Amino acid sequence: MVLAEHTAGQVSEGTHELIGKAAELAAVLGGATEVALLGPRALADQLGDADVVVCVEHPALAEYLPEAYEEALLEVLAQRSPRLLLMSNATVGLDLGSALSVRWEAPLAAYVAALGFDDGALVATSKILGGKVLAEVELPGERAIATVLGGAFSAGAGEGGGGAEILGVAPPAALDALRMSLRRVVEPDAGDVDIAAADMLVSVGRGIETQDNLEIMAELADALGVPLSASRPVVDAGWLPKTRQVGQSGLKVKPRAYLAFGISGAPEHLEGMRGAELIVACNTDPGAPIFGIAHYGTTVDLFDLVPELVDRVHN
Amino acid sequence: MRIVVPMKSVPDLVEEIEFTADGTGIEREQLKFVLNEWDAQALEEALLLRDSGGVEVVAVGCAVDPEIDQILYTALAKGADAAVRLADARAGSSSGPAGIPVAARAALLAAYLEDQPADLVISGVQAPDDPDGQLPPTLAALLGLPHVSVAVGVEADGDGVTVRQEFAGGLSHELWVGLPAVIGVQSARQAPRYAPISRIRQTMSAGGLGELAVTPREPQGGPVPRRMLQPATTGHAEMLTGSPGDVADQIVELLRSRGLVKGE
Ligand SMILES: Cc1cc2nc3c(=O)[nH]c(=O)nc-3n(C[C@H](O)[C@H](O)[C@H](O)COP(=O)(O)OP(=O)(O)OC[C@H]3O[C@@H](n4cnc5c(N)ncnc54)[C@H](O)[C@@H]3O)c2cc1C
Repeated sequence: MVLAEHTAGQVSEGTHELIGKAAELAAVLGGATEVALLGPRALADQLGDADVVVCVEHPALAEYLPEAYEEALLEVLAQRSPRLLLMSNATVGLDLGSALSVRWEAPLAAYVAALGFDDGALVATSKILGGKVLAEVELPGERAIATVLGGAFSAGAGEGGGGAEILGVAPPAALDALRMSLRRVVEPDAGDVDIAAADMLVSVGRGIETQDNLEIMAELADALGVPLSASRPVVDAGWLPKTRQVGQSGLKVKPRAYLAFGISGAPEHLEGMRGAELIVACNTDPGAPIFGIAHYGTTVDLFDLVPELVDRVHN
Repeated sequence: MRIVVPMKSVPDLVEEIEFTADGTGIEREQLKFVLNEWDAQALEEALLLRDSGGVEVVAVGCAVDPEIDQILYTALAKGADAAVRLADARAGSSSGPAGIPVAARAALLAAYLEDQPADLVISGVQAPDDPDGQLPPTLAALLGLPHVSVAVGVEADGDGVTVRQEFAGGLSHELWVGLPAVIGVQSARQAPRYAPISRIRQTMSAGGLGELAVTPREPQGGPVPRRMLQPATTGHAEMLTGSPGDVADQIVELLRSRGLVKGE
């Protein structure tokens, strides 16, 4: 079973990635692919790649609300008893996965990049330590939960179709006694340059160390005539606006060239830039996960390399 | 309002990581441990709430974690009102080669919080070395409390808190959550404050770090480690070598050949 994620009437791309994987595993087990759709039933139209859509409707489920989702999903799990629940390893999965693991009494694997059956055992591979290590774990028992990294599986296989059976599940009473409520939806800032529209990006990570050092990166970006983007810590530190953040909680970019300086390549960052045509990474740590996705790499210190680059681009 | 901030140490990612002889865990003996960066954000958010008045902040760590004393003293130096190191009162319990699983850590904290309840528990949204889930929702489920993760701001609001929860693309929701509750912090409203070494030394010599033995309930079984692997970071990228100038030449050539830099 897959938990569908949706905002503003649109089912996420990640949901289709999970349905694709669920269908593959269901084929091994000889079972069906089900999707838990919490909220507007009309969205089932977008879930044609599943066999069954299990729908819970309630005013508290109009937008994502952690407690409402947890109670509704628990009810669906109790009624449908799936072998495996797949969720994103992003906000919704980070919110609900571990709580459901306790309440539904099922082991959970997080940061999942691969998943399959090995001799009847369900085996997950988790990208831990910012992608530096892969931990292969077995999920014992009759049911399990996996929170899956975005982009781990491809959506293609599952999309299309259109003929899922729709089952309604009555909302549990807990939805009428929630201890939290949604006050408002805050749209992301706009008005700055759109890094998602750029042909090339100069992107900077925590390896830059200080705000003052950012100056040399800005010089390179200016020389190339492209915007400066960044990993999350640079934005959290307040050195660049949120509109420049690449990754899971920032923007997804697909430029023709992505130049990464002092970025380790954590899964949440890779999610936002793995589609770039050309990735060149500068990182002093030869074991940095960014080199697992870059086309070209160098372990030269960025403080030595960037001035040389500026110099050459100017000439 | 009493805020409890669970904190843990994690391997420093800059370090070379080696596996145990049986290949199922990380060799922890040689590693350097640092505070989980998301716990640092959680502490900052708690201290920001404290700055607005009427709040007591208690930093809590597990005694088996490497460097935990240093971490808790630093929390005191930054302004936490108290710090507690939790030990497992059951004989023979230990962390094992992989550190303590999330379920066991949550059980320990739940035992403490059942005895000394908090209005708000604020911890890091995740820890990079936990393949078995995240602490805040696990703890909340054990205590039967509402919870919100990936928070980027928590503010007192009547008999609850307003929490900003972040989604992809910078979209966020503003939620009102009744207390008591558990929050998993992604980032604080401002960058974590700094405590000078001299002040950390002062708090260390003043002592003031309490140890408490608690008896947790038996934690639920989680995933079973099979083996650890190094991802293939080598072999994918073609490595550019030579002096910084040589490397710069090669990069500019790559861009030029794609028409991304003008000139010959
Ligand atoms: C829910 C959630 C959402 C997230 N969303 C995002 C997101 O959208 N985007 C994002 O980026 N992160 C995101 N993260 C954070 C992510 O997990 C990582 O913490 C982050 O990507 C790390 O950023 P970094 O690579 O800049 O820093 P680090 O991991 O600290 O890496 C810095 C790198 O710089 C290198 N370096 C140091 N000095 C030099 C030098 N002189 N020259 C060259 N290299 C040097 C180091 O070797 C190191 O590899 C998210 C996390 C969570 C929990």
